[in-house]
This record gives sequence, C-alpha cells and structure tokens, in this order.
Amino acid sequence: MIRFVSIRLLRALITVLAVMTFAFVVLRMSGDPAEVLLGPDVPQSVIDAFRAEWGLDAPLWQQYLSYLGAIFTGDFGVSMRDRSPALELVLERVPATLMLTIPALLLKLGIGIPAGVYAALHRDSAVDRGVILLAILGFTIPSFVLGLVLVLIFAVTLGVLPSGGMGTWQHAILPAITISIGGIGILARFSRSAMIEVLGQPYIRTASAKGVSWRDVVRGHALPNAAVPIVTIVGFMVGSLIAGAVVVETIFSWPGIGRLLIVSVSNRDLAVVQCILLLIAAVMVVSNLIVDLLYGWLDPRLRAQPAH
Amino acid sequence: MTLATSPSDTTTPERAPRARRLPPPAVTFGLTWLGLMILCAIFADLIRPYDITQMDLSARLSPPGTPGHWLGTDELGRDVLSRLIQSVRVSLVIAFGATLISAVFGTTLGFLAAQFRGVVEHVVVMLADFQAALPFLIMSLAVLAFFGSSMVLLVCLMGFYGWERYARIARGLAISAGAQGYAAAVVQLGATPRRVYLHHILPNVASTLIVSMTLTFPEIILMESGLSFLGLGVQPPDTSLGNMVGFGREYLTNAPWIMLGPAVVIMLTTLSISLVGDWLRDRLDPTIR
Repeated sequence: MIRFVSIRLLRALITVLAVMTFAFVVLRMSGDPAEVLLGPDVPQSVIDAFRAEWGLDAPLWQQYLSYLGAIFTGDFGVSMRDRSPALELVLERVPATLMLTIPALLLKLGIGIPAGVYAALHRDSAVDRGVILLAILGFTIPSFVLGLVLVLIFAVTLGVLPSGGMGTWQHAILPAITISIGGIGILARFSRSAMIEVLGQPYIRTASAKGVSWRDVVRGHALPNAAVPIVTIVGFMVGSLIAGAVVVETIFSWPGIGRLLIVSVSNRDLAVVQCILLLIAAVMVVSNLIVDLLYGWLDPRLRAQPAH
Repeated sequence: MTLATSPSDTTTPERAPRARRLPPPAVTFGLTWLGLMILCAIFADLIRPYDITQMDLSARLSPPGTPGHWLGTDELGRDVLSRLIQSVRVSLVIAFGATLISAVFGTTLGFLAAQFRGVVEHVVVMLADFQAALPFLIMSLAVLAFFGSSMVLLVCLMGFYGWERYARIARGLAISAGAQGYAAAVVQLGATPRRVYLHHILPNVASTLIVSMTLTFPEIILMESGLSFLGLGVQPPDTSLGNMVGFGREYLTNAPWIMLGPAVVIMLTTLSISLVGDWLRDRLDPTIR
C-alpha cells in the first residue's frame, strides 16, 4: 500500500512538473510578449528595456530555471499587465468560478446518479428509455448552444432571469444549469451501465436466492459495487471544478477563472496564464490521486493485495 | 480521460439482445442525417446557393423564409444556408482529419507499449497522465492563442484529442493477442514485429478501434466548435459551425436564426454519431460479446 501510494505521488509530481514545463515552453516559444503588450510602433530601445526588465533576454533554459526556482519559493510571477502578483489575481477569481461549478456538481450528482440507478433497476421500461434518450441529448448538446438557448428563452423571451453578469443568486442559475446538463447525462448513462453490469453478477443472484430482500440486495450488494467505476467519473468532475466553466463563463460574462484565462491568453500575460494552467493541473492531479486512493478503500480486493 | 478501465456501456452477455437497446428508428434517423451531412460536405460547392462571403447589404438580417434566402441572412447580408453548408464541410473535414490522426497516433503508441513494455510503457502512461491533468480545451486554448490559429495547426491539435483511449485499447488488445496462438505462430515463423502488428494484430482489433472512433468524432466536433465559438478555432472569412454560433451570438435578440441553424446542425450531428456509434458498438465490439 505504501509503495502504491508513493508511486502514485511520484507520478502526480512528475505530471505537474510536465504541465509546468509544457506551459513554459509553449508560451515562450510562441513569440515575444513585448511586441504584443507594447504595440507595433514602439522604438526598439523600449522593447529591449522591457525584455531586460522581465528577464526575457536571457536564454530559455536560464528563464526556465529561475521560473522553477521562484515557484518553489512561492513566487508565481507578476502580471505583465497591471504588475500585481499573478497568484493573487488568479486566486481572487476562484470563488466566482466555484460559485457556478459547485452547485453544478451537486446537480450532476443529485440528478445523474439517481436517474441512472433508477433506469437500471427498471430496465427496458419507458422510464429507462426516456433516461437514455435525455442522457444522450444532454451530453451531445454543446454548452454554448445550451447556454444561448437558455438565455433566449429565460432572459430574452420570458425575461425572468438575467442574461449575464454576476450579482444576485439569480445570476448564477442559468450558468450553473448550463454547466450541469452535460455531466448529468454522462453520470446517468455511466451509473446506469455500471449498475446493469453489477446486477448481472452471480453474487447478486446468490444474495437474492438466499432470501435477502431486493431492497437490501440493491443497497448492500449492488450499489457499493457499482460505486467503483462511478467514482472515476465523479473524480474527473471534481478535478474540473476550476477548469470546467471556460465556455460558460464567456457566454454569461461571469468573472471567473475561465474569463481571466481567455483575457490573459489574448494579452499574452505569461505569468497569469502559467499560474492558471498550474492551478488547473494541480487540482486535476490531486483529485485523480484521491480517486486512486479511494479505489483501495472502496474495493477491498485492491486492499487485500500484498504490498510488494 | 484516465487509463482506468470503464464499464462497457452494455449489458451482461446472457441478457444482451443485439441492437435492441436503442430503437432502430433512432439509428435509421442517425444514419440518414449523417449521410445527408456527408453529401453536404462533399458537394458543398455545387449545392451552395451563394458564395459564403457574398454580401447583399440591402437584405441584411432577413428572417428565414425570405425568398432567395430560405434560412435568412446575417448582419452583412450573407446567406445563412450557404454559410451553413460550407461550415458543415469545414467542421466535418477537421473532425475527420483529427479523428484519423488521433487513432493512428494512439494505436501506434499502444502497440509500441505492448511490444517494448518497460520504459516505453512508462512514457506512454506519463503522456496519458499529462493529458488527463490538463483539460484539452484549456491546452488548445493556450496553444492556439499564442501561436495563432491556422487550419493545419487546428487539425493537428485536435488530432491529439482522445489518443490515450486508443492507446489503452490497442495496448490491452495487443498484449492479449500476443498471448494467443496466432500472434505467437507468426512470430515463430519469423515475421517482423511490424508485420505481426500491421497484418495480424491490427485486423483483429480494428472493430474495437472503429467503435472508439465513433466516440471521439462527436467530441472533436464539440471541441472544435467550442474553440471556434471562443474565436480561437476557424478564423473568418472561413466559417465553421462553432464560429457561426459565436458570431450569431451578437444578434441573439434580434436575429436568433443566425445562431440557431448551426446550433441545430451541431446537435443533430453529434446526436446521430452517438446513436449510430452505440448501435455499432453493440454489433461490432468483440470485447463486450
């Protein structure tokens, strides 16, 4: 077990390092931020001074080493735009994004899993077919289409909800619903198939045959076993709490991480983009790590394996 | 997104009536719609009533049903139907190219991992970890914004989408095929690894890979249209489904038809591929039989 955990930890660290390196190399190789930030008509001396100030004139490997060194001391760089620390800029946007993604996650879990389990328990019924159809519709509709259609209906035509911006809790309703629909579809479908697979297993028949009531079979035998694959998907959803709202934030002009990313990317604000990518990757890696460790807890077969 | 195995989306073997899970009318509809879209893409130049950049300033923002402009016109008086037809072509070509790249790349890595194991396998797992850590949309967004978007870059970038799925499947199937008689036999006969993989193992695992392609294809369409919607994918004057929705968004209140046409096409296309893909999986995929 200790070996398993330490290997996973090492892999997680390597992954985060790889993302940092990728972000650094891609962003530095793609052109000079000085020209974009300062504009085309600036004299060469100003550009040179800017490059020297931000350390852009050093060789790439030197820039990379000093970037890594700074990160280990908690220095994530300074925004080239307004010269405030990048980490601060990024972290102050996190609550806004979570205000959308956490309610959306709760909707996904609260609707998706029960719908899938119910459909599996009533297989081939009208409800089951309805759930399948809605689930497929849910994850094939692009979020930007869904968002705009919701705006068209509830903001433009009915005028009952605001079409964008952040203010009262009503402002969060449409974006949160838009984010959740795809995930509800995926979870419903996934839990349905996981549940159907489990219900076909011999141990379910054994439990029913020895007289356990159906309700207890489902609760005590089917659900815990079906939970193992569902946890993978839920882990992925938790991992994208920060990153999962880019498009929706754009549609609803919501001032979260996604908006900041789009704006910083078009401004070539290197430190901010790097900081966001690092945050996204770290959240994702940590939640994948937790999922892997949860497997051991949920699935006793993994626990029983001798650590060697 | 992870290498963890997922439960197959079907039933246990003993209660699996083939292709009964989805009613055939839905599949028929899907196949018909896809056929229509493919014809549309192939013959775009012939069936398009107007050029996509041809402006008719006297007929700006005409609603659908206007004679001559059956789906209306946009803010510059360009025919929405013509642009829609061209967009279908662009979006399908990107998705098709990217799906092929992703399938070839992923399958190759999977076979390499199966053949050499050890270090190669670790590298492939690390690449997959990397891909799982950085959501694809975010990665593409950064790359496209910093390098500038071009058609070639867009197709290549999309070609990295979903490769880990093929790699996982190809590796698993190749390892199990290697344990079976036929692969061992041709190896004994002196076949090169290249011959073993391309002529013997690949045909045996092809159906599973094709099924994964039907999964990746709609996701790539959604990804491309998402990027184009954000203004980072296909660039004007060229047009794609997502790009039309993105520009149509500005006229949501007074000319919603600009964005509704492409939106419906995206939905019906991804829906059709999902329906057909499910049906194909039930019929073709040997791993769930």
